[in-house]
Amino acid sequence: MYKYNDFDESFVRNRVEQFSAQVARRIDGSLSEEEFRPLRLMNGLYLQLHAYMLRVAIPYGTLNPGQMDQLAHIAEKYDRGYGHFTTRQNIQYNWPKLPDVPAILSDLADVEMHAIQTSGNTIRNVTADHFAGASADEVADPRPVAELIRQWSTDHPEFQFLPRKFKVAVTGAAADRAVVRAHDIGLVLKRQDGVLGAEIIVGGGLGRTPMVGKTLKEFVTFDDLLPYLEATVSVWNLLGRRDNKYKARIKITVHEHGIDDIRARVEERFAAIKPTFGGIDMEMLREIEGHFVPPMFADKPIEAYTRAYEADPVFRAWADTNLAAHKAEGYAIVTVSLKKPGQTPGDATADQMRALAQIARDYAHDELRISHEQNVILPHVHKSNLPALHAALKAFDLATANVGLVSDIIACPGMDYCALATARAIPVAQGIATRFEELKLEHDIGALKIKISGCINACGHHHVGHIGILGLDRAGVENYQITLGGDGTEDMVIGDRTGPGFAYDEIVPAIERILLSYLDLRDGPEETFLAAYRRLGLAPFKAALYPAKEEKANAA
Amino acid sequence: MSRPFTPKVITANALLEGDVIYRSASGDWVRALAQAALIFDAERADEMLAEAQKDGMAVGAYLTDAAEGEHGPEPTHFREEFRRTGPSNYPHGKQETGARANV
Repeated sequence: MYKYNDFDESFVRNRVEQFSAQVARRIDGSLSEEEFRPLRLMNGLYLQLHAYMLRVAIPYGTLNPGQMDQLAHIAEKYDRGYGHFTTRQNIQYNWPKLPDVPAILSDLADVEMHAIQTSGNTIRNVTADHFAGASADEVADPRPVAELIRQWSTDHPEFQFLPRKFKVAVTGAAADRAVVRAHDIGLVLKRQDGVLGAEIIVGGGLGRTPMVGKTLKEFVTFDDLLPYLEATVSVWNLLGRRDNKYKARIKITVHEHGIDDIRARVEERFAAIKPTFGGIDMEMLREIEGHFVPPMFADKPIEAYTRAYEADPVFRAWADTNLAAHKAEGYAIVTVSLKKPGQTPGDATADQMRALAQIARDYAHDELRISHEQNVILPHVHKSNLPALHAALKAFDLATANVGLVSDIIACPGMDYCALATARAIPVAQGIATRFEELKLEHDIGALKIKISGCINACGHHHVGHIGILGLDRAGVENYQITLGGDGTEDMVIGDRTGPGFAYDEIVPAIERILLSYLDLRDGPEETFLAAYRRLGLAPFKAALYPAKEEKANAA
Repeated sequence: MSRPFTPKVITANALLEGDVIYRSASGDWVRALAQAALIFDAERADEMLAEAQKDGMAVGAYLTDAAEGEHGPEPTHFREEFRRTGPSNYPHGKQETGARANV
């Protein structure tokens, strides 16, 4: 993985020093909150409902064991002994104290991490497919490009005061696991005539106006990629609406001007700036690529795995749900679920983080990933190591076998923490997961993505959940709207609203009614919820959700 | 016609810890809502808020509705109920320190 050079090291250290002085000046009263707020946001520090919150970037979701150990250390020393992994491959600490934040940032810098540009109207943490460099269906590892974008966008002088935040995601596979079509810019790496490049998708986003990204250009070679990105952000920086923050994102600019107009402006800007790059971007990319050489994959028998698979039903259940196909013979990608029913989605204790770091050292070529689905990935595990790895996970309550199932729910922090939230999200996720565990229906229901947001900003990606739940404040009471049929993959679809929302104590039973009617209506176990919804449409699920209303309509 | 004034308290977050704080009748910051001053008229509310906003040890002071309870002011909206209690997924925040129970 990427190793800081002298420039990165001194840049991050200087920023820690600078922010430490700013914190000191805030505490002694030299800086007002109005002056301090933009400075703290530039460094990932929010003030939430009960405390400060520090959002730390995990660029393209990649961590080494030393970094994971340090995240555990920070959780224990400065916070409440846990961290929360988010839907944008960040980790959030919910209880840091302002005077401790400089020390936390310094500890992060010790392991080449930071919280720069995790907030504010800047280019945010660049995310990537969490199976990058491991999956069998990949054209190229997206992380070198993501790292190049991280370096280019960090403290980019033209892009420090953008109309609004700007999010970039990169995938190297046709199967989209990085939700690239819901990003301001999404890149899909492709190879044409032996040359690597990317499809550039622009103007996707969720939030109050959800939109599926549109293709700005089918194929841009790596040679042109960075100037093309710079041209795109530059066009939006000038054109984007600064008069209304709800219309400031690039998705609105693209919508208002049309993709063809934006494309023409980008091409013009690109022609002007391309010569100024002079090839340095490609030199940097080549240097970065050298940091991402795949590990030395072992060629050895997998009998230990086969034996355990046949003999141990608990291991088998876990292997069936939590493993994915790896590009190397004899290897698997392991998803470690942070969604044990009843727990907070995406939370890991310091002990669990340390255990994961050690497991990565022992069995997984020293690599860990954080997925936007709030799970931890061990991307390179030889199958012969899986039984021992599973046992090690079990010892730390990390062996939940539910990846891609009803209890593997995305949930934002919601009103339990977030100052912007309009309702809680975490207890709804906990309620659904525990209810379906009681019903023992999880495996019958099969593949399902439930996504919950506690406000319209949609950090919980509810629009693209097969079942999406949006928590709102309706006349001083928590109320939950349901959307169905959303899809966050390469075939992205924004879900359909079912109708009136449900009270806090009605939402879990409402989800249960939807899923029980799915079990009744499906063609067979092979027809997933999403497939059944596409075949049947909203009507039968609406009837299950609002029975009294339907009866009334029938009687009339 | 302007809407009639409903009783309010002043709340903010403490600069150092970020913890939820309330303005007391004596113009100090207190940690428990029950010890906050319940303000019954608009003029007094504006005066007290202006005073509170001058205090550099508090961040984002604002007025919020509250009702008179047996042991002092109580929240009328669920957001303020969570602020005076803490998150619902862990026993952290005020519910743990006893500030919530200190009614």
